[in-house]
Amino acid sequence: MYRYDEFDERFVHERVAQFRRQVKRRIGGELTEDQFRPLRLMNGLYLQLHAYMLRINVPYGTLSSKQMRKFAFIARNYDKNFGHFTTRQNIQYNWIKLEETPDILQHLADVEVTGIQSSGNCVRNITADQYAGRALDELADPRVYCELLRQYSFLHPEFSYLPRKFKIAVTGSPNDRAAVAVHDIGMRMHKNEQGELGFEVLVGGGLGRTPYIGQTIRKWLAPEHLLSYVEAILRVYNMQGRRDNINKARIKIIVNQMGIDKFRELVDKEWELTKDGALKVPDEEVARINAYFAPPQYETLADETASLAKLRAGDKVFDRWMRGNVIEHKVPGYAIVNVSLKAAGKAPGDITADQMDAVADLADRYSMGEIRVSHRQNLVLVDVKQAEIHELYRALVALELATPNLGLLTDIICCPGLDFCGLANARSIPIAQDISRAFTDLDELQKIGQFTINISGCMNACGHHHVGHIGILGVDKRNEEFFQLTLGGSSDQHASLGDRLGPGLPQAEVPTAIRKIVDKYLVVREHGERFLDTYRRVGLEPFKSAVYGAESQAA
Amino acid sequence: MALIKNGELVESPFVDVSGASEIPVAGSVIVSLEQWQAQRTALLARGTPLGIRLRSDQSPELVAAELPHFALVALEFPKFRDGRAYSYARLLRERYGFKGELRAVGDVLLEQLLFMLRTGFDAFELTSDDPLRDYRIALADFSVWYQPAADGRPTAMQLRHRKG
Amino acid sequence: MGPGRLSMPQMIIANRLRDGAVVFLAPGEGWELAIAAGTVIESGEEATRLFAVAKRHESECRVIDPTLIDVEIKDGTPRPTAIREAIRAFGPTVRTDLTEV
Repeated sequence: MYRYDEFDERFVHERVAQFRRQVKRRIGGELTEDQFRPLRLMNGLYLQLHAYMLRINVPYGTLSSKQMRKFAFIARNYDKNFGHFTTRQNIQYNWIKLEETPDILQHLADVEVTGIQSSGNCVRNITADQYAGRALDELADPRVYCELLRQYSFLHPEFSYLPRKFKIAVTGSPNDRAAVAVHDIGMRMHKNEQGELGFEVLVGGGLGRTPYIGQTIRKWLAPEHLLSYVEAILRVYNMQGRRDNINKARIKIIVNQMGIDKFRELVDKEWELTKDGALKVPDEEVARINAYFAPPQYETLADETASLAKLRAGDKVFDRWMRGNVIEHKVPGYAIVNVSLKAAGKAPGDITADQMDAVADLADRYSMGEIRVSHRQNLVLVDVKQAEIHELYRALVALELATPNLGLLTDIICCPGLDFCGLANARSIPIAQDISRAFTDLDELQKIGQFTINISGCMNACGHHHVGHIGILGVDKRNEEFFQLTLGGSSDQHASLGDRLGPGLPQAEVPTAIRKIVDKYLVVREHGERFLDTYRRVGLEPFKSAVYGAESQAA
Repeated sequence: MALIKNGELVESPFVDVSGASEIPVAGSVIVSLEQWQAQRTALLARGTPLGIRLRSDQSPELVAAELPHFALVALEFPKFRDGRAYSYARLLRERYGFKGELRAVGDVLLEQLLFMLRTGFDAFELTSDDPLRDYRIALADFSVWYQPAADGRPTAMQLRHRKG
Repeated sequence: MGPGRLSMPQMIIANRLRDGAVVFLAPGEGWELAIAAGTVIESGEEATRLFAVAKRHESECRVIDPTLIDVEIKDGTPRPTAIREAIRAFGPTVRTDLTEV
């Protein structure tokens, strides 16, 4: 993974010193809260329900064991012994003190980690496929370009006060695990007709109050133009994005208002003047960064599928776990192992300090010291020897990190919700807990098959509810928590936004509604198709009547 | 309002009449876009240095062809959060080649000064008890810059590969 | 607001600047962590007066965003009527091991 050089080191320490000064000015009264708010947000510090919340970047989801141990240290010494991994490959702490934040950031800077621009009206954490560099279906490792974008965007003087936040995601695989279609800029690596590797660039995707699927602004962009093209998009956005209404300020609004063709025209006009200038990415820099992402020294190992099959035959739970949580690796004899943060009855994405330390140890022992963070709020160990999978599995079981539900119904995405977040209308975590407790039978989960449930506590959609096969949105109805369901969303390369199922349901009725939807699906599905495919084939009606209609009244 | 130009506290030779109903007959003045468009000939006839003040919704593209007439362009930050002027400043310096005084006016504060400096501003109507102190603090915040801007400071990328 | 008796008792809630902790304006115009120690406001006049105190404290950089909230008295203890404010007062409903007070 990337290692800071002297420039990166100096930069992050200067940043901590600057923030220390800003905190001092705030506490001393030289800065009002209004003046201070964007400054603390651009270092990752929110004011939430219980205290300050600190959001720390895990750039493109890649973390070292050393950094994970520092996360545990922060949780123990500055918070309440746990952290929460988010849908943007970040970690969040909920009980942070303002006056301790400069010290916390100093500790993190010491291991090359920051909260820089994890919030604020600027370019946020660049996210990527959690299997980057390792998946069989990958065309190219996107992380070198993510790192280029990360450095480019940090304290960009022109784009630190955009109309609103700006999120970029990159996938190097045609199977999009990074949800690029619902980002402000999404990039898909692919080859043009000449066989050259480049990016399809999507713009104007986003969730929230007015969700949109991103549209293609450019079919193929040469890597050397990555930064100049992004700069052109950002400049048009900075100058033309709406500043009169916070709910209409994202780039998706102007892209859809003027249309993609007009927007492309504006960007291309700007880009023509800058594409061959100072932002052209030199080969030497790409090579320098690429060296950090070079694959590790793999041993030449035999494929162990047969011996694993024997173990699986003798252990049903291990078999189930392998089926979903272990993914094929590029290199024979190795595997990608998902570490589930979705135990039944637990808050999705939460991890205790002890678990963090344990995962760091496991990463060192089994996976070359590296950990990945998935936007679906799980962790991944990407270089595990097949021969050591079973041993690793046993260790994960003991840590409650081996729930065999990856990609299944109870592998739920869930925002912190009203229990923690000042923006929320309703509590999302109890819904996730209720659902995960209602569906614990492994056979049933397997039978139901591939399923995503995404839960957001409010319209801001941090739980990505619009793009869940089932989406659940918390709404406030006269001081009571109600939940609106949507069906048929997807965040992959065939992205779609979910359709509203019907009026909001009270909290107690949500797990029953999920059960009814699942039961109907099992009746109606053909050839074992996924729920999403059944939905796309039969539409809303069967599920609507199952949950709200005559059928539900009869039950 | 204290004016810092090129790192020093100075008195502005310009009078900002952009909000006034009448423009004085003599002296260096800063006018609004509307005043410029309405009284262009008269303003040029005055023969003294002219400045123009643009609001955050007025792109410099509107005056790009006329820049040779202006010794000064003032760009407004109505609220420090309105970041449009950062783009405008870069366009003025890097696209339109404006070499005169580029002045930041409005909600101009210490914590945004370095971004202003990097995007091409060289004069600041700074809201501060001690503007010179604030200016020096801002300037000293960073010694590493990742992206090229109007200030010509070498980027980390450039410095990394200078050794060849 | 009018000076007379409020339809529902109120309290003033805020976050402390330095550590973000949820606090309640208390007798003596200090701020307490425990809602039970906070001042329960019965009249509109008192609400106006104490809110002004809270706003002054905000400008003195002691607290952020003081707000008047409705409470009901249950078993002698005030309890915010809005779910959100109750969660602020008593902690997250899902991690009861983390509840303060």
